[in-house]
Parts: sequence; C-alpha cells; structure tokens
Amino acid sequence: MVAILRSEAWYKFRRNPLSMVGLGLVTLIVLLAVFAPLVAPYPTHAGAFVDFVNASQPPSATNWFGTDLIGRDILSRIFFGYQVSLVLSVVVLVIAVPIGVGLGLVAGYFGGWIDYLIMRVTDVFLSIPPLVLAMAIMGFLEPTLLNAMMAVAVMWWPWYARLAYNLSRSESHEGYVLAAEVIGAPKWHVLVREVLPNCLPAVFTKITLDVGFVILIASSLSFLGLGVQPPTPDLGSMVAEGAQYLPDMWWMTVFPAFAILIAVLGFNLLGDGLRDALDQGR
Amino acid sequence: MSSTFFKTIGIRLWTSALVLVGVSILIFCIARVIPGDPARIALGPNATQEQVELLRERLHLNESLPVQYFEFVRELFQGDLGVSLYTNRPVTTDIGDFLPATLELVVFAGILMVVIGIPLGVLAARYRDKLTDNVVRLLSLLGVVTPTFVWAVFLMLIFAFYLEILPVAGRLSQGVDPPPGVTGFYTIDALLAGQWSTFGNAFSHIILPATALALTGIGQTARLTRASVAETYDKPYVEMAQAYGFSDRRIASKYALRPAMIPSLTIMGLDFAAMLGGAFLVEAVFAWPGLARYGVETILHKDLNGIVGTVLVISAFFLIVNMLVDIAVAWLNPRIRLQKRWAG
Repeated sequence: MVAILRSEAWYKFRRNPLSMVGLGLVTLIVLLAVFAPLVAPYPTHAGAFVDFVNASQPPSATNWFGTDLIGRDILSRIFFGYQVSLVLSVVVLVIAVPIGVGLGLVAGYFGGWIDYLIMRVTDVFLSIPPLVLAMAIMGFLEPTLLNAMMAVAVMWWPWYARLAYNLSRSESHEGYVLAAEVIGAPKWHVLVREVLPNCLPAVFTKITLDVGFVILIASSLSFLGLGVQPPTPDLGSMVAEGAQYLPDMWWMTVFPAFAILIAVLGFNLLGDGLRDALDQGR
Repeated sequence: MSSTFFKTIGIRLWTSALVLVGVSILIFCIARVIPGDPARIALGPNATQEQVELLRERLHLNESLPVQYFEFVRELFQGDLGVSLYTNRPVTTDIGDFLPATLELVVFAGILMVVIGIPLGVLAARYRDKLTDNVVRLLSLLGVVTPTFVWAVFLMLIFAFYLEILPVAGRLSQGVDPPPGVTGFYTIDALLAGQWSTFGNAFSHIILPATALALTGIGQTARLTRASVAETYDKPYVEMAQAYGFSDRRIASKYALRPAMIPSLTIMGLDFAAMLGGAFLVEAVFAWPGLARYGVETILHKDLNGIVGTVLVISAFFLIVNMLVDIAVAWLNPRIRLQKRWAG
C-alpha cells in the first residue's frame, strides 16, 4: 500500500517539469557543497588566502567568475559558500522543527490552558517581523556561525508550532484518534503514535521549502554584517562586500547573488512539487 | 454592522494588547538574559570598571530582573525609551526622526504590492494554464525566491548604474532641501508645500528602494490571488453568473475577486508588515536614512536601548497592521459582518 502510494506520488512528481528542475538544482547544489574540496578549482581560496597579483580580476578562462579584492576565486568560494549555507539550514531546522512541532502538537491535541499558553507565546514570537527578531538576537551575541544558527532557529520554531497546531487540531477529531482513545490508549501514546505520523508529510514538505528560506534569511543576516564573519565563505557577505565596488567590479556581487537565488529557487520548486505530489486530493 | 463584528474586533484588540505585553517581555529577556554584561558589551573592552558601573546604574542593571522589567515598563509608559548609547540622544527622538523615512518606503512598497500583485493574480487566474498564467507564475516565483537585498543590488545596478535613469542612493539629491516637515514623508510634504521639483526629486529617489522592497510581496500576492481566484471560479455562484451571461470583467471583479480577497488580505497584511524586516536590507543598499538603518547601527554598536526601542516600535507597527487587516477581513466577510445576534 505504502509502496503504491509512493510510486503514485513519484509519478505525479515526475510529470511536473518544474519539480524535476527543482530536484536537479537541489541535487547539484548538494553535490557541489559536499564535494567542494574536490570540484572547486581553487580549494585553498575558501579560507584566508591572499594573492594580490590576481586581485579584482574580471571573469576569465582561469577564474570563470572572476576574483575578489584579495585575489580569491569567486567560483570556488561560491561552492564553499553552499557548504556553509546548507550546514546552517540543516542545523537550524534540526533545532527548530522538533521544538515547534512538539509544542504545536501538544497545544492542538490537549487544548485548554496549555493550548492558550503555548499559542500566545507563539503569537508573541510571530509578531516580530522575521528578520528583525533574528537581528535583535544577533545584536547581543558575537557574530559567529553558531550564534547565527541559534538566532534563526529562535525565529523559526513558531512557524512549525502553528503548522503542527492546526494539523493536530484537525486530526484529533478524526475517527482513528477517537477509536484509539475509546479503547483506552494513553494520551501520550495517541499523540505520538497516532496524531504525529499523520502530521509528518505536511511537516516534511514544509522542511523542504524552508531549507531555501533559511538560506535566504541567513544570507540576509550576513549581508547586514550580523551573520557569519570572514574569512568563512558566505554568499550573503560576498554580495555585501562586492556591493561596495559596484558597478565596476560587478562580478563580485552578481555571481554570489545568483548563487543564492538559484539555491532558494531549487528548494522552492522541489518543495512545491513534493506538496503537489503528496497532496491526495484534499 | 452586527454585534458579532464588534465582538470580533474587541477580541482582536484584547489579544493584540496581550501579545504586545508578551513582545515587551521577550525583547526585555533577549536584552537582559543573554550571557554577558550589556553595559560591558556596549562600552567595549577598553572602558574602565567605573564607566561600566555607572552605565549599569543608569540601566538599572544592578536590580533584580522583575524590578528591571517593572522599571522598563514604567519608563515606557512615560514615553521614555532611555538614551541611545550610539547617538547619545533619547531613543524616542531618534525613532521620531528616522521612522517617517521607513514608513514612507514601506507605504510605497505596500501600494506597489497591491496595485501590481492583485491584478497579476486575477489575470493569471482568468487565463489559467495559458501563456499569461505561466508568465505570471514564473515572475511571481522569481519575486518570492530572490532575497530582497539581491533585488536591491540588481535594480541599483541596472537602473542607477547602467541606464542612469534613477538616482543611486538617499532620499533627495544633494543640494535639494527637504520640504517643510508635516508628515515626514518627503513626497507628500513636497506636494503640500507645492514644491513640484522637490516632489519629483523625492519620488525618483523612492522608486528603486520601494520596488526592491515590494517585489517579494508582489510575487506572493500574485500567487495567492491567483490560487484563490482560480478556486472561486469553480464555485456555483460564478457558474451562475456565467450562465446569466454577465461580462467577463464583471465576473472577474465582482464575483470571483471579492470572496477571493479574504484569504489574500490576511497574507498581504503579513507581507506588508514583513516589509519592515526587508526595509533593513533595502535601506542598507540605498543608504536610505530610516529606522531600519538606525536599527542596524544600534545593533552593530551594541546599543541596548536603541535596539530595544527599535524592535518594540517595529513590533507595535506589525501588530497594528495585522489588527487592521483582521478588521478588514471581518468587514469583508458577510458571514461576520451581517450575522445577527441570535444567529451567532
């Protein structure tokens, strides 16, 4: 049964060309990030490498995307930038999703004052514009990769709490939940073994979509100088650094900017495709 | 107007007030509970112990946390957000100076979002699965996935540097005096004072930043409007209108759009309010002297009072916008607006 559903979903997914483009882009980006040390033309340029002879060179046969102010190959730094972005996204979601989903499930299933308390706290977090909350947190922390991850995770969990809350509220009125309750299953058992598994497809779809948006927010933070610091290769800081030398040295800005755009686009198309494929005619 | 309508608003007002108290606690916690001495962080490693002590005294940092929060709220109610450690002026003065520029930007972007996003969405829904639809969907997807700062940089590169048809940065060209301040919106102030050249100057300066800020929202509005209008096109009352032989235009605007606006409006409210976050990026690129830029400066200078004040004002604005949207939704929805007391 599960196998059939899966293959049907896969069939639906495959038929949509945009979803396949998304899958292709995401696969490419993940491979580039994982094998960055092998595929980057100049792997040493990821760190604090300096080569003033080749500084600020426009795109050429040796440096396809040109070089930055201190002579590092932009293409190589984009590959390593993907590495940083993906690690950051994964860590943020690994922290934010369980917290958000856990709280949302509990609030939606148990209701009452627990519901009121958890959801009002969620409202509080959601009533500070997304980027602003992460920025405010970074304001009091040292700008490091780890702190940026924490800050983004703090602004991200409420969205999962909202999602899981709505899901568990509607699921808890379904027949199978009532059946489990009637035969005397403990509440925690019902919540973890009955309600949770039925919420997972929607949660996983949102995770796929969100990898792109976490990259977007994190690069916005580092664009403002509040995220990952040099010499760590980060796409947002690369755009910010290059923007000071527009329009003459456009390649320093334009290529990293496109790199971010393509990553967000890839995960978005993949997520949209998954949602459509898993959506069983609701 | 039914009593349900006012009840909905009443509940919304109460929840918003509660949330605002929550926000003040949250911001207070972020500012005070995070490890490290805020006074030491603000003054930097070169400050003497006496200077740090003095600042701790001024910020009530030697009191217990509840007392600190109480002091914070008490001063807040007196309209006092403390002194900015970055500009050495009262935070409220700073905010008063910088807020209008940001609001002008956000309002312009909001107008762009509505007048471009909604028609695009309706157009796509009307020509579903045709070329128009696909083009609109592609454009709105690009709007959503491209970070605001990337839009800002691209627009600046194309229109300000290559085509040279719009100014690169700031609110007015050098040598142009700001119009006499009534609203703080340079475009409106210039119009009120009848200074046409100043208006043109201010207007040409706001186009690029407002567009960069609006593009994400335009994309989202178009996508959402398309989806909900497409859904209402399948509803029986639209089929009925088509059977009556009403014109396409009348069906699109009166029958399909209005019910579709209810879900769109909620998301547009969120997007509009989220532009305050985007403003941080746009103001950085276009050197727009607004609250967001002030916020970044206070953050980079670890200016405790400045950060708290900025975030609080932005959240309050965010809440007010969302509340207005909820009221508009309640008003648009005949089920809430017209419900009789005994039916509710």
